[in-house]
Amino acid sequence: MIGVLSYLVFFATTASILAIAVLGLNLQWGNTGLFNGGVVAFFGAGAYGTLILGGPPQEGMVGGFALTYPMALLGGMAVAGVMAWIVGLLTLRLRHDYLAIATFGVAVAFENLMRNAEWLAGGAKGVRGFERPFREAIGDGFLYNLVFFVAVLLILIATYVFLERLVASPFGRLLRAIREDEEAAQSLGKSPSRVRLTAFVTGSVIMGLAGGLYGTFYAFVSPQDVLPTLTFQVWAMLIVGGAGNNRGAVFGAFLIWGAWTISGWALSRFAPVEAQLYTGSVQFILIGAVIVGMLVWRPQGLLPERLIVSQQGSNPVNKRGE
Amino acid sequence: MSEVILSTNGLTKSFGAFKAVDGVSLEIQTGSITGLIGPNGAGKSTLFNLLTGVLKPDEGGVTLNGQDVSGLSSDKLFACGLGRTFQIPRPFARMSVLENVMLAPIGQIGETVAGPFLKRARMRSEEMHIRERALEVLDFVTLAPLADHPAGKISGGQMKLLELARVLMGNPAVILLDEPAAGVNPVLTETLISKIEELNRRGTTFLIIEHDMDFVMRHCDPVIALAEGKVVFQGTSEEALANPVLLDAYLGATVDD
Ligand SMILES: Nc1ncnc2c1ncn2[C@@H]1O[C@H](COP(=O)(O)OP(=O)(O)O)[C@@H](O)[C@H]1O
Ligand SMILES: [Mg+2]
Repeated sequence: MIGVLSYLVFFATTASILAIAVLGLNLQWGNTGLFNGGVVAFFGAGAYGTLILGGPPQEGMVGGFALTYPMALLGGMAVAGVMAWIVGLLTLRLRHDYLAIATFGVAVAFENLMRNAEWLAGGAKGVRGFERPFREAIGDGFLYNLVFFVAVLLILIATYVFLERLVASPFGRLLRAIREDEEAAQSLGKSPSRVRLTAFVTGSVIMGLAGGLYGTFYAFVSPQDVLPTLTFQVWAMLIVGGAGNNRGAVFGAFLIWGAWTISGWALSRFAPVEAQLYTGSVQFILIGAVIVGMLVWRPQGLLPERLIVSQQGSNPVNKRGE
Repeated sequence: MSEVILSTNGLTKSFGAFKAVDGVSLEIQTGSITGLIGPNGAGKSTLFNLLTGVLKPDEGGVTLNGQDVSGLSSDKLFACGLGRTFQIPRPFARMSVLENVMLAPIGQIGETVAGPFLKRARMRSEEMHIRERALEVLDFVTLAPLADHPAGKISGGQMKLLELARVLMGNPAVILLDEPAAGVNPVLTETLISKIEELNRRGTTFLIIEHDMDFVMRHCDPVIALAEGKVVFQGTSEEALANPVLLDAYLGATVDD
């Protein structure tokens, strides 16, 4: 019983962390129309950044700054943000398809850098992190995992609330206008390049937060964690859940992660032994099929974006504004 | 002669070897409703794009309110009081009609990431204000009943009115309209004309590209004609009607669609 429960907590922790990354992508793609094909790079920057900043000094490696946990996590987010800012500045003028290719390239470069930079990221063997926060106080085992899950859940909720407020604000309106028609928005006095950059950096910082939590959870990160698979998973989650809808993003994360986990289990259990070598590839194909199928049959996702109308918009303002 | 609010000086723009706008110099008088006519492909829309900073001219400049605004991007020009609509309407399709209009005021407090959190009270009162004004403007262009509709789902004529409403939120001194009556049913066209004339009485200057000669002759004065990128006529609407070259070159020719 505790075994199942324990597994559920583990599952929900991972799904919640991924949901945060999906929320970051939703800000970029769902709200602003920015095609980020390198989600994993910003996720990875957060993970590596957090572990390097918060970890103990290790022989032969830069880093190990042993910062307090919140500082390390914020630092990891900042690393992701700075990376996004540089990529954004370089690709600001690039239209969607070019941005997609550029970000995909950044993700490949990032993985390569992490794989090769022994002095910084431990190379192929990765970075060992630090003792997870409050581990000593709470102790090992189920209770700790439960507490960790609750903490991740609270961060997910905080991110969700932050983004809901943001997209309901004039800034959110601006993002949607840029997504719908940049030239028209510019003719109305808006600066598309500023808005695109801001949304790109903010979304990437949120992906960095997810990565930081992921690194903390496993107390370890290696190049295996920053493969393009993750980018595809996060995209599938957003498209299935519903781009432009934060609730859809979270729902999609749990749904796809559930499907991924179950398919992995089913393949390892029922597939012929010779096929098991290819479990990862089969899952990869499945996820591609899900994305394509969704785009063909229900491009708006399971929970489509909702139109912001005057009643919805005006009531909270009137009620709270007085 | 009254004051000049918008003028160009030898504006030229080529696409490859083709000169779409060729040395255009013109002056728009403050408070006028100037008509810009010319056959399809004459370079009228390209001229609008040069005036509004969407395209950079190869040569020549633009002066707005006595200020040299050559090379400014369209967002800066909107802030300087120059608004425009598009020949093919460009609504923010998956946003409500009301949101389309509420977007337009520039420099809103809540338009940054931090604004909605650090300046909440001020943002809320500004939002209420903008909403009220947006509903007023929508009412003015007769679109208030459609406020909560997705902007991509209204008729083409309504989209043209929506574009006008958006532009009005910025209180521009000059509004450029690109074929406001094309493809619009006569009832909506009448509405649009009455709104343009009302705004004009309140002081807004208009420059209007229009193919409907009846529209131009009745509502625009002066009239400027463009052909093959060059200004071929500039004068009052009576002079335009009496001008044999114009009649030949344009009025007599088939009206495109
Ligand atoms: N971006 C562009 N690239 C190449 N040619 C263009 C472009 N925009 C307009 N043109 C050409 O310039 C000419 C003038 O176009 P336009 O200004 O739209 O004419 P009008 O609005 O008077 O009908 C046309 O021949 C058109 O094909
Ligand atoms: Mg045109």
